Amino acid sequence: MIAAGLDPISQFDLKKMAELKVGNFDLSFTNSALMMVVTVGCILAWMLLSTGKRSLVPGRAQSIAEVSYEFVADMIRSTAGKDGLRFFPFVFTLFVFILFANLLGMIPFFFTITSHIIVTVVLAMMVMILVVVYGVYKNGFGFLKLFWPSGVPFVLKALLVAPIEVISFLSRPVSHSIRLWANMFAGHILLKLFAGFAVMMFAAGGLTMAGSFVPYVLVLALTPLEFLVAFVQAYVFALLTCVYLSDALHPGH
Amino acid sequence: MLSAMKANMMMAAAAKPAGGGDVEKVFAPFDVSYFPSQIFWLLLSFFVLYFLLSRIFLPRISETLEERSSRIADDLDAASRMQREAEEAEKAYERALADAKAKAHNVAETTRQSVDAEIATELEAADAEAARQAEAAEARIRQVRAKALANIESVAAEAAQATVEALTGKSVTAATVKSALN
Repeated sequence: MIAAGLDPISQFDLKKMAELKVGNFDLSFTNSALMMVVTVGCILAWMLLSTGKRSLVPGRAQSIAEVSYEFVADMIRSTAGKDGLRFFPFVFTLFVFILFANLLGMIPFFFTITSHIIVTVVLAMMVMILVVVYGVYKNGFGFLKLFWPSGVPFVLKALLVAPIEVISFLSRPVSHSIRLWANMFAGHILLKLFAGFAVMMFAAGGLTMAGSFVPYVLVLALTPLEFLVAFVQAYVFALLTCVYLSDALHPGH
Repeated sequence: MLSAMKANMMMAAAAKPAGGGDVEKVFAPFDVSYFPSQIFWLLLSFFVLYFLLSRIFLPRISETLEERSSRIADDLDAASRMQREAEEAEKAYERALADAKAKAHNVAETTRQSVDAEIATELEAADAEAARQAEAAEARIRQVRAKALANIESVAAEAAQATVEALTGKSVTAATVKSALN
């Protein structure tokens, strides 16, 4: 019944814009890749705009950039400590990339790159690999203390705490990626569905037409909520990254 | 409630294309055939962004922030230094004022003393002069009185001579009269 344009899933379709094959891999440039480039371009434009003058008394763009800088730096300092600041560029890049991707996805007809599970999985795996590689590089076998917390009776530790710690560690990239993906995906589905209902009911005429204001108001209410979700999810992703990195820095809890 | 609603929608959405019947359409967010492309472009764009931010833009921002905080610290330092200098200047001013006051007092004192001395010498001189003049005047007075007394003797002798002559008709010499008077 639903017309093709109103199908809430079709907004996630990938479209090839330029073919690119390397060996057996299809690396074609898609609408998703285009949005990644647009996201990076927007961030770089913002950065150019805000660090162009570098005045002692900041202008509007410059102070936004400085506030973001301090925001991420404070986030790292409060969760991973001062030595966590060595990961500042990585966390900042993650934060602004996800934030801009989410916000750009809120523009009608723009593709939302974080609504594809593989994108969030890659981002989460980058964090996971960084945590493991840096944790082992810095602490050696001491990194395993992460699963062997001090101050717990040995039997309890061996039978209960260590398995739980291992499971929780391994499930981190799963929850980390699915949280972001599900929020963005579900939010866009909701918006599209209610907007579709509003249009269909309005087109049906009669009493349904009068009732079309209900989904319309819902879309109106959901839109600011989705903007909030776009920010909160970027923040949560960056914050959890800091928490995980703090484990790599101080595995002894 | 919202999350439950979301889950329902997701299920409905996921079920729809499969139920569509015609071409077996893959659920787009899980479409494996696009995974290599997605991974490739994501890593490329992410690391380009990471490289540019970490090498160029973030150092610029941190430089600006550090410059500002050091500038503020410098300004505060300069302000406290200036305050200290101002306090010192005030102290020096007060000291100079006290010195000047003392010096002015000294000058006034010495001037007063020298003026007093001058007045004293002048007074002395004037006193001496006055005494000298008084002496001279007294001497003259004494002289004049002596002369006058001498004159009185001779006048009295003459008067006595004249009286004797008139009474007796005899003339007497001046010397006789004089001896008679004494």
